[in-house]
Amino acid sequence: MEQKSFKAWLYLLPAILFLGVFMVYPLIDVFIYSFEEGYNSASQTYFGIGTYNYSYVLHDPYFLQAVKNTFILVIFTVPISTGIALLISVGLSSIQALKNLYQTIYFLPYVTNTLAVGLVFMILFKKTPYTDGLANLIIGLFGGSAIDFIDGPYWAKMFVLCFYTVWVVLPFKILILTSALASVNDIYYNAAKVDGTSKLRIFTKITLPMISPTLFYLIITGFIGAFKAYSDAVALFGTNLNTAEMNTIVGYIYDMLYGNSGGYPSYASAAAIILFTIVLTITCINLLVSKKHVHY
Amino acid sequence: MKVVLQNLTKKFPNRNKKIRSEVIAVNDFNIEIPDGKLIGLLGPSGCGKSTALNLLCGLQKPTSGKLFFGEDDVTDLPAENRGVGMVFQNYALYPHLTVKQNITFPLENLRGADKLTKEEMSKRALEAAKLVQIDELMERKPSELSGGQQQRVAIARALVKMPRILLMDEPLSNLDARLRLQTREEIRRIQKETGITTIFVTHDQEEAMSISDMIIVMKEGVIHQVGKPQEVYDDPTNLFVAKFLGTPPISVFHGKVKGGKLYLGEDAVLTMKNVDDREVWVGIRPEGFILDDKGAMCCKLTGVEVMGRDSSVISTHPTLEGTEIRSIISADSKVNEQAETVRFTLKPHKVHIFDKETEERIYFEAD
Repeated sequence: MEQKSFKAWLYLLPAILFLGVFMVYPLIDVFIYSFEEGYNSASQTYFGIGTYNYSYVLHDPYFLQAVKNTFILVIFTVPISTGIALLISVGLSSIQALKNLYQTIYFLPYVTNTLAVGLVFMILFKKTPYTDGLANLIIGLFGGSAIDFIDGPYWAKMFVLCFYTVWVVLPFKILILTSALASVNDIYYNAAKVDGTSKLRIFTKITLPMISPTLFYLIITGFIGAFKAYSDAVALFGTNLNTAEMNTIVGYIYDMLYGNSGGYPSYASAAAIILFTIVLTITCINLLVSKKHVHY
Repeated sequence: MKVVLQNLTKKFPNRNKKIRSEVIAVNDFNIEIPDGKLIGLLGPSGCGKSTALNLLCGLQKPTSGKLFFGEDDVTDLPAENRGVGMVFQNYALYPHLTVKQNITFPLENLRGADKLTKEEMSKRALEAAKLVQIDELMERKPSELSGGQQQRVAIARALVKMPRILLMDEPLSNLDARLRLQTREEIRRIQKETGITTIFVTHDQEEAMSISDMIIVMKEGVIHQVGKPQEVYDDPTNLFVAKFLGTPPISVFHGKVKGGKLYLGEDAVLTMKNVDDREVWVGIRPEGFILDDKGAMCCKLTGVEVMGRDSSVISTHPTLEGTEIRSIISADSKVNEQAETVRFTLKPHKVHIFDKETEERIYFEAD
């Protein structure tokens, strides 16, 4: 027995070592930094210990803007992208012809570079002296007036960011959901059919519960991913996100770390810990909710 | 409800697309299944039994032919509207629903005039559950049930909507031997109580023989014989049916008829009228052998198994097709186990002869 557990620990050692050095230690370190006031990474000195960093960050209008942006992003994109992905996967699994072609097309965004996609979105939405962009052309067709989606009003920019995020996360969700749908045994559908079940009822009473674990997995990872959004905003609005009012929490942390004159690692740490707390809380809530609604 | 199959045929395209020929799973079925009976659809694996069942419940469409429930032509009716109950081979209970929810599921599908209130549904679900004796387990999930209990839930779910016919696909195959005996009696009882025309598929001839009012023996998509189990057993129309039914199985020999006598090798075992001289297959049921020191049939004795009520004498014969003759005789008859040979006379009505080429039965009159 002793021998056995020794071996087990030996096998686990590489993973524990790497996780410890690159995950656990930094987390603890960041936690410590977040309480060290005025920490300077060059001289490794600080003035004192306390909660001033948190109070600063929580009173920083840029941070509050970032929190607001992030929450809007999370609240809109996670349900919308999961819903659309579900619709598309159900569609994909009920067609025979061209199924592979469509699957490939839907998967393309996943293998495309974020910045390249951002560029395409710029072309679609940006208003320049020469052109109003494709989106405005369409709005014009319906008689609306042109809106600058990239440098214009806040809601327009937010719309583009959400749209972009949904579009970028779709392929992965579709991929996972189509395989989940394919793994539902046909026998349940046959049984339901013989019992005279309508298509809609088959979907809500059999398909959805059967794929609920996968759906739930996508929602949790979707939440976490959306909370950690940053590069999408950069791809659309450039690096000066604070002026564009489009910063996210991760963006704020980044700016604090690498901002002017060596940055403020203490503030960044405090913001990172706040983000960590938010994500942890939301995930816990998700898990609690799922206990009630996810089967198996 | 009477079920009539008229020239019902189902063909599948060959999986290998280079081969143009089609696989005929169900070939020109013509049967009239009487109302309120328990029918066993019997055949070896891959003979098209399940396809036949799928045609009946509407999950598959026939290539040609017609299907009637009573007077209604249901050939083109989709499964949803046929009003059949089906018990699937692995039960197909919805794992996320409780037993009660599983049983009420078909009732919740009813729309329009048939729509039931919550109380009526609960009442009918409970009635169905009581019929199969699972009313104590209503709040459990399928994963918390044993195989036999799951089977009962599946039957209750199929019965609750009072189907016009009940179909069961290998209903006993997932149960252990003991439970199988018990459940097959149960199926018989439930069928009797409800009086619903029930068709069940099985590859186990004992299962089909023991509880069916009528069996349909099929092989490679073709019906070989239809009839009451005992009749089919006593009077098989061809060698396949004779070999397929009965445990221990029938012993088959190369024989020939010459001058009104049936020969197995050198032994003239039976005299028979009205059969011309020819080569034949001879099938002898295990209970067709009578121990007799002066018997015409001389076999090499290899063993005796005494089972209390009766004993099996295991022997071989030069003309035997297969490895051993298993004959069942009363335990009172003493067999000399040391002897090298054992001699039998045969009961003529337990001996069937078949054409060597077509394997069709040749009827003879024993002298």
